[in-house]
Amino acid sequence: MRIHCPYCGERGVEEYSYRGDATVRRPDANGPDALERFVEYLHLRDNPAGSHQEFWQHLHGCRAWLVVQRDVRTHAIESVIAASRRVAR
Amino acid sequence: MMTETQPFRLATGGLVDRAAPLNFSFDGRAITGFAGDTLASALLANGVRLVGRSFKYHRPRGILSAGVEEPNALVEHRSGSRREPNSRATVLELYDGLVATSQNRWPSLRCDLLSVNSWVSSFIAAGFYYKTFMWPASFWERIYEPMIRRAAGLGRTAPAHDPDTYEKATAFCDVLVIGGGPAGIAAAVAAGRTGARVILCDEDFVLGGGLLGDKADIDGGSGVDWTRTMAGELAAMPEVSVMGRTSVTGVYDGGVFGAVQRVSDHLPEPLPHQPRLRFWRIVARRSILAAGAIERPIAFGNNDRPGVMLAGSVRTYINRYGVAPGRRAVIFANNDGAAGTLDDLAAAGVDVAAVVDSRDGSSAAVSVAAARHGVVMHAGAMVTQAYGGHGLRSVEILTSDRQRERISCDLLAMSGGWNPTIHLTSHLSGRPRWDEAAAAFLPGSLPPGMTVAGAATGNADLNACLASGAATGLAAAHDCGFSGRLPSWRGHGSGDGQCHQPVRPLWRVPGARGKAFIDFQSDVTTDDIDLSVREGFGAAEHAKRYTALGMATDQGKTSNVAALGILAEITGTDIASRGTTTFRPPYTPVAIGALAGHARGMDFHPRRLSPAHPFETEQGAVFVEAGAWLRAQYYPRPGETWLQSAEREVRTVRGGAGICDVSTLGKIDIQGPDARAFIERIYCNNFAGLKPGRARYGLMLREDGFVLDDGVTMCFSDTHFVMSTTTANAPVVMQHMEFHHQCVWPELDVQLTSVTEQWAQFSVAGPLSRELLRRVVDRQHDIANEAFPFMSAAQVTVAGVTARLARVSFSGELAYEIAIPAQYGDSLLRELMRQGEAFGVCLYGTEALAIMRIEKGHVAGGELNGHTTAADLGLGKMMSAKKDYVGRILAQRPALRDPERPTLVGLLPLDHGSQVRAGAHLVASGRAANLENDEGYVTSSAFSPMLGRWIALGLLASGNNRTGEIVRACDPLRGTESLVEICSPQFYDPTGERLHG
Repeated sequence: MRIHCPYCGERGVEEYSYRGDATVRRPDANGPDALERFVEYLHLRDNPAGSHQEFWQHLHGCRAWLVVQRDVRTHAIESVIAASRRVAR
Repeated sequence: MMTETQPFRLATGGLVDRAAPLNFSFDGRAITGFAGDTLASALLANGVRLVGRSFKYHRPRGILSAGVEEPNALVEHRSGSRREPNSRATVLELYDGLVATSQNRWPSLRCDLLSVNSWVSSFIAAGFYYKTFMWPASFWERIYEPMIRRAAGLGRTAPAHDPDTYEKATAFCDVLVIGGGPAGIAAAVAAGRTGARVILCDEDFVLGGGLLGDKADIDGGSGVDWTRTMAGELAAMPEVSVMGRTSVTGVYDGGVFGAVQRVSDHLPEPLPHQPRLRFWRIVARRSILAAGAIERPIAFGNNDRPGVMLAGSVRTYINRYGVAPGRRAVIFANNDGAAGTLDDLAAAGVDVAAVVDSRDGSSAAVSVAAARHGVVMHAGAMVTQAYGGHGLRSVEILTSDRQRERISCDLLAMSGGWNPTIHLTSHLSGRPRWDEAAAAFLPGSLPPGMTVAGAATGNADLNACLASGAATGLAAAHDCGFSGRLPSWRGHGSGDGQCHQPVRPLWRVPGARGKAFIDFQSDVTTDDIDLSVREGFGAAEHAKRYTALGMATDQGKTSNVAALGILAEITGTDIASRGTTTFRPPYTPVAIGALAGHARGMDFHPRRLSPAHPFETEQGAVFVEAGAWLRAQYYPRPGETWLQSAEREVRTVRGGAGICDVSTLGKIDIQGPDARAFIERIYCNNFAGLKPGRARYGLMLREDGFVLDDGVTMCFSDTHFVMSTTTANAPVVMQHMEFHHQCVWPELDVQLTSVTEQWAQFSVAGPLSRELLRRVVDRQHDIANEAFPFMSAAQVTVAGVTARLARVSFSGELAYEIAIPAQYGDSLLRELMRQGEAFGVCLYGTEALAIMRIEKGHVAGGELNGHTTAADLGLGKMMSAKKDYVGRILAQRPALRDPERPTLVGLLPLDHGSQVRAGAHLVASGRAANLENDEGYVTSSAFSPMLGRWIALGLLASGNNRTGEIVRACDPLRGTESLVEICSPQFYDPTGERLHG
């Protein structure tokens, strides 16, 4: 698999490290149901047959964390952006 | 006609170099072949037809094919540590001095005692092992398995370490062409002429593919001449690489291909500095699969006798190698390829006894050829059985009017049609589709960017191959932004017509007598398929597993499709609905060494060395792996054991001064306006109050509430901190922090930089450490006790060079850590040792470090094991209640706050001399040592020189409340047990007076 790093260009998957679901956001630690929300944040994942938004890090490159939109059925990568450039919630 | 030394070598013809004889040996017999031969062609030239014994029945086997699909002619290639079993003689390029040995026979190839298996074969059909060796279960490991392993087998692996080296490399191109036959060459030339970057991979050692094996004519010249002209043109193109002896073995996502280049397999041994194999990762924007096709055998009785060969391979031995594979031949086919086979055999002077065409109506092409050569033609007839033990002597045929007839022959050229070589099209889960007209599986959905050309499309006629190659080559280049003209060549070859429609598949001969093999390598017969269906394993995937069909090293290249056809026949369904087994990488076997490349032994991963490694080596250090690092473990003096050395080092530190290289600790430079805010969120303890010039011990949790790592962080200003991590966790911590910075809190203005390798760092420990440092650190820096108290941190200079000094202690002594840019590390350590001579200083390694930290009850790897909470380690009070940090919320989960959780305790064996080992389990006194009574385990242990006894740290259920209790430390793995007393983990200087000294 090849991933197009927004900073370094297209590189082989062996330069990257996979983390997982990028749709989850760290909950408010002061919220009333914080414990439950953190359990969901850490452990509960949807696994649709289709497009996933995933965190990958260009570990052996610029070390940028990326949000990769990837179809897990075909491994086709639809888009890659730097995680830090994501629009804040 | 035949030459004397090689009785089956034709007087003329072939692409071998008759001026270059090569000597080799087979089963110890000295034989001669020519340059350009394979082992198989050289054996056939010398009349060697029996080359191996089969896997299960130990049946005599010869040479079936002339290519990678070979299931029979498997030999052990080379000897000693280079011995490689299951080498296919048909693709083994001959070199002078080659040594090959037949396999799976005892005591000799001609007299194999286990061929008795063939006589009892009705008892050892498919599924035999499952049914027979069921019980008693205890017999499996001791009796059945060793017995089966001795009987069955596919050669022996090398007895010693592989002396060769292997490489990995990456290449990029616009167009990758897989296969160097007419279609592949046409594609590469068409694409290359546009200026596109082209890589042509060909598994053979001579370019040309089918053009070498068949008599061919292209634009008035021979196929071989055309190949040479095109090869010359490709070689002159700067953007084109032709990689011979290179098999593309796998297709991966994103246009990535795996390929094995056999750099040295055709040489007696690799040339200096050359690898044996090189594994390529080829990244291509477009690819063209021109892998050709593999001929189908036909299942009839004893179709595995040496002398029964594929017809196209017979043509190849004649045309390419100048070898007649027999003296009197019968041709058995279901397609028009028989005409070309007949022409080629006749031209080679081989007597053709008969042509047996299974098709009902007479084929014009074949009949005309038979008439031309005056050969008897049997239309609508079948070969039912072969005769001959170690070599074919005759065949029985069943004529169209149901007469059985024996024809004496020593060669049967059979062809059941062709299977396009489409394996690579299904590596990304593409499903081949059955094409009724072509009577073959054709490529279904293709990997992105791939097109198929030549015989792999189902049409093997030379003209079609040239045209589809040129068209796909140009189209692929065009897709990459290049343009050019479509080349045009006209040709015809002796293989033409063999795929002409309609071809009726002939999987097995009805009424065949004797074993009719489908999978030669796995010894699977048509009867086994019948049995499989009868026993309820009629689905393709079930039959495969029940019979082991297609599961040998050839992965069923000559058998998978036939098995599907027979399954369809038996079950009365059509082959399309049977599905197909999935082809997975690798297409042909890949040596594990090629996949490992250089990553073997100490090169398994990159080795990181401290800047002071040279000096430590001079000082006699014994090194140990720690993460990716080599660290000094101890510095033995002559005659010292590791334990004596470590003890001396501990006593020297605690009695005076010692120096330990801690360069391997992770160091993360944290800068920016939000640096402090970020650290606050990463560590569980308070860093809000940490002032410039001070350092603090920090504890880091994972988001799930367990401890991740610990270390000391120095504050140099409100916007500049340097964090240290444990050696092993440095990469993990860096990644953890980068994740939280970039993904969770990108709004924080902070920069993180790993500076682990940029700074050398030494721990200077012991009561005399301050005096020693005074002689090294430049005079203007005041490091007196009051000016530079415990947990101070400062930028200092050493001989004018910027350095960092912190007063921190892992040993429990008055101690400092001094860091200096890496290039001065070795010099600084030498200077510290020189100045320390007056104080009796010594170097100490990780063993002494571990002893001292256990004496002090400091946690390290054994305790920071991913299963412990801050409270488990006695550090619960560090967790701030005033801020949010990673792990705060989930550390509140009830199970993590359970008061009965195992917590850190000290352990003292009652018998001072008895050693408690890490890993021993703790069981309450008087209870049986079993899982049910398990209450914890020993995490670290050491012999304490200061206490004169063994001490240990452990995790024990409700450990905080059990001080003074005696428990059992049981180590059933090593068969030891001792009674230990629970105590505080601080064994030495529990009040910490020494570090304030």
